Amino acid sequence: MSEKEKILHYLEQNARLTAKNIADALDMDESDVARIIASAEADGTIRGYHALVNWDKTCREHTCAVIEIKIHIRHGEGFEEVAKRICAYEEVQDLYLMSGGYDLMVVIEGKTLRDVARFVGEKLAVIDGVTGTATHFVLTKYKDKGVMMDAVSDDHRLMSEI
Amino acid sequence: MSLNYDELLNPVARDMKPSGIRKFFDLAGSMQDVVTLSIGEPDFKTPWHIREAGIRTLNEGKTAYTPNAGLVSLRRAVSSYMSRRFGLTYDPDSEVIVTVGGSEGIDVTMRTLLRLGDEVLIPEPCFVCYAPLAQMAGAVPVTLATYEKDAFRLMPETLKAAITPKTKLLVLSYPNNPTGAVMSKSDYEAIAEVLRGTDVFVITDEIYIELSYTKQPLVSFAAIDGMRERTVVVNGFSKAYAMTGWRMGYLCGPKELIKPALKLHQFGIMSAPTTSQFAAVEALEHGEEDVNMMREKYNMRRKFLLRTFEELEIPCFEPLGAFYVFPNISRFGLSSEDFCRRFLEEEKVAMVPGSAFGESGEGFARISYAYSMDHLQIAVERLKRFISRLEG
Repeated sequence: MSEKEKILHYLEQNARLTAKNIADALDMDESDVARIIASAEADGTIRGYHALVNWDKTCREHTCAVIEIKIHIRHGEGFEEVAKRICAYEEVQDLYLMSGGYDLMVVIEGKTLRDVARFVGEKLAVIDGVTGTATHFVLTKYKDKGVMMDAVSDDHRLMSEI
Repeated sequence: MSLNYDELLNPVARDMKPSGIRKFFDLAGSMQDVVTLSIGEPDFKTPWHIREAGIRTLNEGKTAYTPNAGLVSLRRAVSSYMSRRFGLTYDPDSEVIVTVGGSEGIDVTMRTLLRLGDEVLIPEPCFVCYAPLAQMAGAVPVTLATYEKDAFRLMPETLKAAITPKTKLLVLSYPNNPTGAVMSKSDYEAIAEVLRGTDVFVITDEIYIELSYTKQPLVSFAAIDGMRERTVVVNGFSKAYAMTGWRMGYLCGPKELIKPALKLHQFGIMSAPTTSQFAAVEALEHGEEDVNMMREKYNMRRKFLLRTFEELEIPCFEPLGAFYVFPNISRFGLSSEDFCRRFLEEEKVAMVPGSAFGESGEGFARISYAYSMDHLQIAVERLKRFISRLEG
């Protein structure tokens, strides 16, 4: 792994680490780490920093769904055009072009089941080229980005002495 | 009439002092929301591929005893590790025993070597098991103080002054728990020079050796000129591979000692846990990247804590191994036990008083950094508050 990849790996695990922390781990100069991070931010390798929120711990109403989309490509167009149109909706959290039985996969979050249903019916299904959708509601999110959602403590140790 | 246990018990076991940490932990255990910095085992879970290797053999029904000395494949893997890492040659058939953690290896070695009244030299501060195990083997522990000014290394003149006609064994444990001290090749050379021409045997407990933060190549005491014949190396998987619960350790030594030690191991233990042995093979063959990753993270935390102590003007020598820092807290005018108790009661942070690891640990506290950065940051905030209050 290159230095840059190692730094990205650390940040992906914990974006709150400082350049100094990462420099300590990798035996590098803080200024070199800071420079590499800045350039990764500038060239779009790093696209943002988020908190990993377990909304089930809050009172906020929310519903998450995964939607499979089939697309008929019109002459002269590609998946890109349709994908861009779908991306424009702010409800859309993730959008992937897929291999296999369907073409695009959308992850959307809304407040209620009805919100999601409305999005599919009124915004997604009417897009030119969309020939079919299948909506799957998420019942429970157990793990996200490698992190267990309901862990009370990350400490698995059983012995409290020595 | 009920039994008189005072009469019944072996007086050595009966009168053995419990680990000095016990009292302190009972207190911590009775409180809510304590931030601990006291646990001496990795916060990482065993890497998944190593766990899977254990699971796979369970699925295949490999649940029988192994040879007494351990699986041949594991002894070969240990032998090859000793060779590539330290340049040491051990015959997997006659010079390696797989033990139930490093502790069993220490116990078996001591019971193989020690006779009634033999003296065992134990540099302190150190892990709590050596003196009690020596006593159970009928020997007399003799502690050798090490000091902050010497970076808690064993100094050759201290060793020389302690050797008597009764001295049978020296216990080396570097990288050290609780201080984090390491011994360089030249430090070891100086110790070896004192031992040459004597009959003193050496147990070198190198359980933390993979967690060394120097750029120098790792050095095992057994690799120092002439020392192999008088040295048993104790190592294991607990610290390097985060495998504490698997209870996997090993001994490497001259066959003249390993052969009788194997008899004790055979009669007392039969063989180390089979599932764990298969997992240990995977660890030695494919675990190097995992160790590197964990070492990097420990190093991040180590440097963070050292910087914190520097900012707080708390003297702390730089520990170059294990996962502990051992700051000098004597300037606050409290005994290390009082300091740790007040810190626990007032800020709910648990550390271990240095005195729990021997008299020469007085004035220090052991802080484990086998904790996430977030956890350490919270603890450090509380430490700052505590100290500013102490200084009023």
